[in-house]
Amino acid sequence: MSSIDGVMRRKKLKRFWNGFKNNRMATTGAVILVFFSVAAVIGPVLFPYNPMEFGTVETILQPPSTTYYLGTDNLGRDIFRNLLSGARISLMVGILATLISMFLGTSIGIMSGYFGKTIDSVLMRVTDFFLVIPWLPLVLVLVAILGSSVWIIILVIGLTSWAGTARVVRSQTLSVKERPFIERARAIGADHSTIMMHHILPNVFPLVFANTILVTAVAIISETTLSFLGLGDPTRPSWGMMLHYAFQSGAASSGAYWFFLPPGLCVVLVVLGFTFLGYAFDEILNPKLRRR
Amino acid sequence: MDNVVELKNLKVTFVAKQSFLKELLMKEQPLVRAVDGVNVTIKKGEILSLVGESGSGKTTLGKAILNLVDIADGEILFQNQVVNFHHKQEVRRFRQKAQVIFQDPYQSLNPKSLIIDIVAEPLEVNRLIKTEAERNERVMKALHDAGLDPPERYLYRYPYELSGGQRQRVAIASALILNPEFIVADEPVSMLDVSIRTGILKLLVELKESKGLTFLFITHDLSLAWLISDRIAIMYLGKIMEIGESDTVIKQAVHPYTQALLEVMPIPEVNRHRQRKVLSGETPNPTNIPAGCRFHPRCPHAFDRCREEEPVLQAARSNHLAACHLIEKETSQENSHD
Repeated sequence: MSSIDGVMRRKKLKRFWNGFKNNRMATTGAVILVFFSVAAVIGPVLFPYNPMEFGTVETILQPPSTTYYLGTDNLGRDIFRNLLSGARISLMVGILATLISMFLGTSIGIMSGYFGKTIDSVLMRVTDFFLVIPWLPLVLVLVAILGSSVWIIILVIGLTSWAGTARVVRSQTLSVKERPFIERARAIGADHSTIMMHHILPNVFPLVFANTILVTAVAIISETTLSFLGLGDPTRPSWGMMLHYAFQSGAASSGAYWFFLPPGLCVVLVVLGFTFLGYAFDEILNPKLRRR
Repeated sequence: MDNVVELKNLKVTFVAKQSFLKELLMKEQPLVRAVDGVNVTIKKGEILSLVGESGSGKTTLGKAILNLVDIADGEILFQNQVVNFHHKQEVRRFRQKAQVIFQDPYQSLNPKSLIIDIVAEPLEVNRLIKTEAERNERVMKALHDAGLDPPERYLYRYPYELSGGQRQRVAIASALILNPEFIVADEPVSMLDVSIRTGILKLLVELKESKGLTFLFITHDLSLAWLISDRIAIMYLGKIMEIGESDTVIKQAVHPYTQALLEVMPIPEVNRHRQRKVLSGETPNPTNIPAGCRFHPRCPHAFDRCREEEPVLQAARSNHLAACHLIEKETSQENSHD
């Protein structure tokens, strides 16, 4: 029996893979992300980097050479090595913050849509609050109060970016909960949590999944923004932090392109990769958007 | 015979949604009286068909029996005991004995669940099984009972891989797995191809005979009701108009509404021309039910009393009740002739 199970699963996977393979946006996004993930995982192992180890007067702001593949920064640190360990920080913050955001957004969205009435009103007013409040000042205040460790930044980004997901999930829940299989579940005696977990969640999940990838892109930008503004964790220099140092030391005006271009391009590429993949998944998983 | 389900003056109302302005201006919100005082008993081991036009409240009545919509007034007795829908344990016990088969098998099965999970779900939500093996065994038996053979072929499939008839059999299997006493079948064949209907109907009749199951069969098709049921109840605007043994209701209909429904039943004969008395007008708006007999504006035999006094169900002959003033009128006329 499990072999039949396996066959069915393989069939479904194959269908998905075919849609994925023929979608240029998906493949581009995937290639970019695989590249950066590999760099983030094995890069810092091959090229270890210590942000507290400064260079000498001779090694500051060196252009790219065979010893320093991408030159050095204003404190004489190797930019290539910094870039690799920065990839780790940026991706980690992006993914973990997204997990928090998705968990909050999905559970609040489903509960709001499923229960309706007072619970819906209360949860949606909270959601509206997070949607309309200017994001940057809120996060600046939160980070300033709570301190700027990586974990605080992850938490703050996660706690402030779930509102859009909650809205989308709620509207989908409103449509799913009216379908007869929910009524059937009630008729056989299923309680609310069973209905939400087994019947509503699987049917809103494709939407959540596509949304997750897009939110990751936003989370990475958010982290970069915070670090660029000087609220990053100085012991774990991310790409945003590198841009912050470059900006502070006037790298752009002094012509030190190797200082600000690599982290800037990396952020753009990773965000682009997530966005491509997010839209492509949306297209593959949502039959209404499928191209003929 | 024992009564499985007994409805006493059952009422279900909905608040009609209105525009915001109207809601502000009007003190009272109009009520839709979907089920308006129904008294029915369903006996053990029978199929009772509930026949009515769309909007007659037949589906709402079925849902009310299963507590899927709230009851405004009245009582439901299950196996001669009043069901208290505020008592969680009691509702849970009741739901294990009363199951439902829905109209649309394309919508009533979760598209993201495997067939085995759909069929086993009643066991799981009621925590009635302990081992995986027991679960598999019971699911296979239920699928087999619902006519899906061999059951192993269906376990690990998704609903979209099955045909409409197969899906409806999956829904039936899931209703059977708890060994219920009573099943509400809400138009179980109206979404299926004509060629598949017979199979499903046969299955229901077989289940009635082999397991002694009791069915409330909701349909808009009088000929279908005649074919499979022991008794027929005709519903109009939330009330039972006529109820009795299928043959009597069909062949000796008393109520003008039943007669009108029978008029439009197709008769398989070529070259037969007959005068059809087709009902005029539409079913009235259930927020504004006519005074007196609710059928009088469309009734060809309506007389003064019909406009003033609402008729109650009364015996036209043994085991045959109808809510119509004509019964008394005719008997009194017969008496005066004597």
